[in-house]
Amino acid sequence: MQSSSPAFKDNARAALADQTLQKALKNVKSGFIGKRAKARERLPEFDDLRDAARDIKNHTLANLDFYLERYEEKVQASGGQVHWAATAEEARAEILKICRDVDAKVVTKGKSMISEEIALNQHLEGAGLEVVETDLGEYIIQLRKEVPSHIIAPAVHLTKDQIEADFRHHHDKLPAERPLSEPVQLVAEARQMLRQRYLDADVGITGANFLVAETGTSIIVTNEGNGDLTQTLPKVHIVIASLEKVVPNLEDATTILRVLARSATGQEFSAYTTFSTGPRRPEDPDGPEQYHVILLDNGRSQMLGSEFQDMLRCIRCGACMNHCPVYHSVGGHAYGWVYPGPMGAVLTPSLIGVDEAGHLPNASTFCGRCEAVCPMRIPLPRMMRHWREREFERHLSPKAVRFGLAAWAFFARRPQLYHRLMGVKMRLLAAFGRNQGRFNALPFAGGWTKHRDFPAPEGKTFQQLWAERQRGGPAS
Amino acid sequence: MSTSRQHILGALRRSLQRDQPSAEERKQLEARLADPQAGLVPARGQRPHAEQLDLMEEMLRELAATVVRLDDADQVPQAVADYLKGENLPPQVRLAPRGDLRALPWSDQPLLEVTEGPAREPDTTAVTGAFAGIAETGTLMMASGPEAPITLNFLPENHIVVLRGSQVVGAYEEAWAELRQRFGQGAMPRAVNMITGPSRTGDIEQTIQLGAHGPRRLHVLLIDDAQSSGASPNSVNGGGVNGDGSDGPQA
Amino acid sequence: MAEKAQRVGLFVTCLVDLIRPSVGFAAVKLLEQAGCRVEVPRAQTCCGQPAYNSGDRADTRAIAEQVIDAFAGFDYVVAPSGSCASMIKKHYPGLFADDPLLRAKAEDLAERTFELVSFLTDVLGVEVVESSFSGAVTYHDSCSGLRELGVEAQPRKLLNNLPGVEIREMEESNVCCGFGGTFCVKYPDISNKMVTNKADFVAASGAGTLLAGDLGCLMNMAGKLQRQGAAVRVRHVAEVLADMADGPAIGEPDPGSEQNKSGSAA
Repeated sequence: MQSSSPAFKDNARAALADQTLQKALKNVKSGFIGKRAKARERLPEFDDLRDAARDIKNHTLANLDFYLERYEEKVQASGGQVHWAATAEEARAEILKICRDVDAKVVTKGKSMISEEIALNQHLEGAGLEVVETDLGEYIIQLRKEVPSHIIAPAVHLTKDQIEADFRHHHDKLPAERPLSEPVQLVAEARQMLRQRYLDADVGITGANFLVAETGTSIIVTNEGNGDLTQTLPKVHIVIASLEKVVPNLEDATTILRVLARSATGQEFSAYTTFSTGPRRPEDPDGPEQYHVILLDNGRSQMLGSEFQDMLRCIRCGACMNHCPVYHSVGGHAYGWVYPGPMGAVLTPSLIGVDEAGHLPNASTFCGRCEAVCPMRIPLPRMMRHWREREFERHLSPKAVRFGLAAWAFFARRPQLYHRLMGVKMRLLAAFGRNQGRFNALPFAGGWTKHRDFPAPEGKTFQQLWAERQRGGPAS
Repeated sequence: MSTSRQHILGALRRSLQRDQPSAEERKQLEARLADPQAGLVPARGQRPHAEQLDLMEEMLRELAATVVRLDDADQVPQAVADYLKGENLPPQVRLAPRGDLRALPWSDQPLLEVTEGPAREPDTTAVTGAFAGIAETGTLMMASGPEAPITLNFLPENHIVVLRGSQVVGAYEEAWAELRQRFGQGAMPRAVNMITGPSRTGDIEQTIQLGAHGPRRLHVLLIDDAQSSGASPNSVNGGGVNGDGSDGPQA
Repeated sequence: MAEKAQRVGLFVTCLVDLIRPSVGFAAVKLLEQAGCRVEVPRAQTCCGQPAYNSGDRADTRAIAEQVIDAFAGFDYVVAPSGSCASMIKKHYPGLFADDPLLRAKAEDLAERTFELVSFLTDVLGVEVVESSFSGAVTYHDSCSGLRELGVEAQPRKLLNNLPGVEIREMEESNVCCGFGGTFCVKYPDISNKMVTNKADFVAASGAGTLLAGDLGCLMNMAGKLQRQGAAVRVRHVAEVLADMADGPAIGEPDPGSEQNKSGSAA
């Protein structure tokens, strides 16, 4: 997918001015935060489970080669095939080849962020296949020719009025006067429209939340049931998964599953957690005849062993963005690539380069709410800071910023000079500002005073007053 | 792709700053895989068995599923007929092809049309068994096979599940242990479906709607069979889940 | 209360030093009331956070070394800011991962460093302070203090024990105000959205005074409230706890030094 991350500031400004988007974004706060808090409260072991989940992933990452090889063996033993893909291009080519081999015309898809990462739909459509997204949110944005704005709620940037308009426009065979203003009506209509598509499909593509080395199993977690219809009804099931999704055994997956839904939607458990192992067995009455797994690297092997390794623990629950005040302000599209919010601010520079995505790790106040809620205890602010360090080392940060910082640091490293200079400066500022107590415009501080006043300093600095007090002078 | 495989594994090993795991490391990793240990199991999943039945029911209700408790499996056909009538649904069910379900007194319900097999598109209601009920979150575990077509769990709008009290366990880990007993270490049926409530979506303005693509209604007939009070509650090896040997998909 | 006078080095913080020294004196008063002997090393400027959060490790290290030296030998180091205290306590040791000697010094300093209000309650065991302040206040939890140091109940406890104070909690009191150090000037539009939300919640609380423990956040929120023409006064929590809330609030004119009515700012 083409990134618009370099235009983050413009994207953000447009998002802030978009009243409909701002209305929709309110649902992120109301829809997720309270529910997660309640789920956490209800399970006394929740925070201990986060530790356990973190430890499982750390152990797996430290032995990733071993577990991937074992996973592959087990998939093969169950009659499935594993395709290793170093890049997005390799993954796309392999998927298209599998589709061509069965002469596929229609492909249904469950929600998969990896599919977005490798821009799969455009590739398959370019090759003449019809691609049908079946997750309701994905279906809606596919109609709108948009990309997801959230990793678990792809259409969270839309209001129901917008969705109604889209359905009326695209479902033009249905009676125009039908009632469609309520979510229940919209959901029923999407169900009706997609039903036949599941049955038409030759290939079903899903992502994977986990891969299990012990059994060669892929796991998807959904609420709608679309993923199960997608992977059960067609002849071929293709799983696309990045290679850090593997865990050792079913118990490990279980521990992490206990924190996944609670962190994501605040559910105790998602409606459908599905464990798929190979194609249908000879005695099975249903299920796909072929089972393929695309194991995608696309930059992750380089994150391993680096200061960004912890990011490979991410289970894509979305809790970080659900709690991020920057995400709440601008929504997911402003980030300009597949992964928004705090996890995107760390992952995106790893995958498309910090030159391209430099804004993302900078656009954070380091408020720490993301790390506080991350079920895998990923130190997101710390890793955003690491990106800023890489930028700084490579002189990628803006010149004005670098110059300002250097000037400030020069004085901050020389206390005597600093106190003398600041003493004079503050007294001047105070003299100017005393009448009003604040400034509504200040040179060199336009970013601040465009939106808010700047308080006038009281006068002498604390250091000056303290020195006077030590000498028995006039200070309090 | 085999070159990609080597390329990726090579890159991983460079990042891990080692070649293969050492013999000693490998031994430990093999041991970890061969003998899966339960992690932290919440206290909620470790209550006595009798309480787990109540918890199962409570959690199911919370999920917007409905539950009827029966004393005897023979009451199932009547309960199914009553449910369909109460919900104003057509008196037709698609039954999972299992001996124990087939053997129920369906002929006592002459108005009910019962067919067997995997789900087909016009089917409105499925009746299936389950591999286990997991009280911790009110989750039903389905293990696919000849007697448990996957499509029955997803295609029809209504799903009625016959769950025996003896199949209810506290925590997921107990169900995994039972599954390994049934299918063998490291082996799995094609699909294990953990179902926790009816299908739902929050994709439109984060308001929860039921019946997105899977069943709109999930109805559980929970049978208080003798074993539910007799069997040792938390023993996974003692055959708590499928103790009578007739409930599992490959029995 | 401590039995023997603890020798406390006050880490003034750059913003308090330059913009609002009265907060520093409020901190000194609170510490002295609690039996501490307070000293203020002159060789301090800033904790180094602006450099640290801009990816400039070299300057951060240099400044951190300066702070480590300046505060060697104190029983405790106390800052009227969760953000600066956390910089020293939680982030300094990591700066010297490659230098065992400096790392040990940084860890030693980290152990001795505290945010003001939590130091009073958690270390010195202060339960009650005396203040004649009267009115309804609302309290904003600054991010670093809250999430890195666990400062949440402590200020509320001391405020609640003041007879004239009523706490009116605002919605989302624990959500960032949009200051974020350089963030507010690098991404002014997003920062503005965040501080606008905050100002709305402050106003909706009905409290006449907004308090917090970090001057950066306070300046941000005060600046927004005043730009909006809101009547809420904004103060550092130490000013109220030290009974030093008589002077002008943040961003308010000093009535004692009024000179001319049309006096315009730069």
